[in-house]
Amino acid sequence: MKDVAIIGIGVTKFGELWDKSFRNLIAEAGAKAILDSGISGSEIDALYVGSMSAGRFVGQEHVGALVADSSGFTHLHIPSTRVEGACASGGLAFRQAYMSVASGIHDIVVVGGIEKMTDVVESEATNILAMGLDQEWESFFGITFPGVYAMIATKHMHDYGTTREQLAQVAVKNHANGALNPNAQFRKEIPLEKVLNASMVAYPLGMLDCSPLSDGAAAVVICAADLAKKYTEKPVKIIGSGQASDMLPVHGRENICTFDSTVHAAKKAYKQAKKEPKDIDLAEVHDCFTIAEILAIEDLGFVKKGEGGKAIENKITTIDGSIPVNTSGGLKAKGHPIGATGISQIAEIVMQLRGQADKRQVKDAKIGLTHNIGASGATCVIHILEAM
Amino acid sequence: MENIGIVSYGAYIPRLRIKSSDIAKAWGKDPQTITGGLGIIEKSVPALDQDVATISVEAARAALARCVINPKDIGAIYVGSESHPYAVKPTGTIVAEAIGATPDVMVSDYEFACKAGTAAIQTCMALVKSNMIKYGLAIGSDTSQAAPGDALEYAASAGGAAFVIGKENIIAKINETCSFTTDTPDFWRREGRKYPAHGGRFTGSPAYFRHITECSKKLMEKIGTKPSDYNYVVFHQPNGKFPTRIAGMLGFTPEQVKQGLLCPYIGNTYSGASMVGLASVLDVAKPGERIFVTSYGSGAGSDSFDITVTEQINGLNKKNAPLVSQLIANKEYVDYATYTKYRDLLYWE
Repeated sequence: MKDVAIIGIGVTKFGELWDKSFRNLIAEAGAKAILDSGISGSEIDALYVGSMSAGRFVGQEHVGALVADSSGFTHLHIPSTRVEGACASGGLAFRQAYMSVASGIHDIVVVGGIEKMTDVVESEATNILAMGLDQEWESFFGITFPGVYAMIATKHMHDYGTTREQLAQVAVKNHANGALNPNAQFRKEIPLEKVLNASMVAYPLGMLDCSPLSDGAAAVVICAADLAKKYTEKPVKIIGSGQASDMLPVHGRENICTFDSTVHAAKKAYKQAKKEPKDIDLAEVHDCFTIAEILAIEDLGFVKKGEGGKAIENKITTIDGSIPVNTSGGLKAKGHPIGATGISQIAEIVMQLRGQADKRQVKDAKIGLTHNIGASGATCVIHILEAM
Repeated sequence: MENIGIVSYGAYIPRLRIKSSDIAKAWGKDPQTITGGLGIIEKSVPALDQDVATISVEAARAALARCVINPKDIGAIYVGSESHPYAVKPTGTIVAEAIGATPDVMVSDYEFACKAGTAAIQTCMALVKSNMIKYGLAIGSDTSQAAPGDALEYAASAGGAAFVIGKENIIAKINETCSFTTDTPDFWRREGRKYPAHGGRFTGSPAYFRHITECSKKLMEKIGTKPSDYNYVVFHQPNGKFPTRIAGMLGFTPEQVKQGLLCPYIGNTYSGASMVGLASVLDVAKPGERIFVTSYGSGAGSDSFDITVTEQINGLNKKNAPLVSQLIANKEYVDYATYTKYRDLLYWE
């Protein structure tokens, strides 16, 4: 298996981008990544793109071919494949691209992620997102995402004494980070009281415990590691990749406060990277709701199960903490255009490992981890990246 | 522009009110969050026997009661509304007949969401300017619709205002006007549908804020004025918060907004909103004072007006019709159950 490196990254601004279309966004992210990498278009062997529900959000399927076309690569006739795994679509697309280069089939691949979510009304967006749950066992009975994560949060509070204040601290931290990220949807700090007093969505999750609906795209260029130095001074190597699945609905899981998919994907990624949780300098984790970040730092092994809330309270995950989490602002503040999320996490870690994260730069960052969850944890994909 | 302006004006707001907190309670929402969030304390409710025709007639009669003109000299009547009682058959003919302006009168109904009334003012200005008519009557009036439980339900209310436009005896000169129009589908109601639909936050920055900002700036640039040149400013008021926010964005002060901001007490009267606001300003304005008005209609567009009050306002018989403040003060509350009956929200077979 070949070593694979990331040589270019490109992200659009995330937010309610009413003046940009689906194809504008993915073409913009792709063009930025290609420019950043220094490759020429004709060197690209294949394209991958992660998108959860372009069909329902903008009425467009067959996204693979569309991306090749709208990026100006029609004449190359290269393979272009869309990957779907609910909110993990971007991370899964990245893993597919990684495997295609690691296997030796391709040398240079561009992989993007996109979602354009604000062309439909909010209630419709909620219904579309709920399609990532189990239709027969969950969505059919009326539960939506906030409801599922609210049950998980309630159980976590019951079992481990996690508090609403600790949940809220996740949002406070991620908004503080988002304020430093020029591409974030929300570039504004929020006080704890505001999170606690926000309209209730599903107890204990208020409006500001939830990630927003967003438009946006992200793309990265990867290549065989032995070619990387030809294009960039600062390639970033993919040293671990793990993916795992779990029971689609949450009700049958042994403990809803643990995402087994995260535990298993992490085990695989750590093993391949020959690293342990303590070796990770920073992580971008899937904080679709504040409780999700607490689960993530526990399941990734940064802290013991049940101690996630305390860890947030003790500020070990802030930019200058011992394990900075979501320096980009996370899904909460950076925004969560579903398919783009997994790729934008990779882009943030690459920026950090290159030392280009400006005001949110983590000191001496050498090894970073990305953690991308599909829906309520039935899919997880994790990557560990290291500066070359 | 030669002296064209407002000869007289009148407003009408139905007497019934419902409190936002009562609507919030009916839907299990926190009353304080709703009232504070929207800046609407209560809104007007049309009674069973009130519609856009009756509100328009009330406003038109109020305008005529204050001045001495022969209704037969009114050469055009345009009624702007998104709740005309008939889909086919104009409201304007009912108004024309009621005030004695028929039959030598041009009549048409307008629809441009919440700015059809100010569009009617512009049309009347043009007809007066071209000497096709002596006086024109421009009316903005609505009994706006909102689906039960929709966010619009806290705002959609009823009311209207009528303005007689002419060249003689003008109480306020309209110095200049302009419009800013694009195809922006932020809010709409399809043919045959009972309730409007809207694009949530899309109704904000790309719609209301963009159109009002661009139109207002364009007019001030055209005539070389700045916000501090005005004594009063009136903006379309879909809730109690937007007008103050956009005033700040453009450089106006809350004091300039205050007299024309009625939404907190009567809700959003849609086609009537900026016009009742202007009527409220004219109720107190003194000769020489300057007024800036920008309406907004979804779909979308804005009309801006630069207005200077003349000496003639002192000669207007304002007392012959109620002031806007009196219309607001004359109220009676209904509960949500009564509201559903009056607004035809109940279903039975």
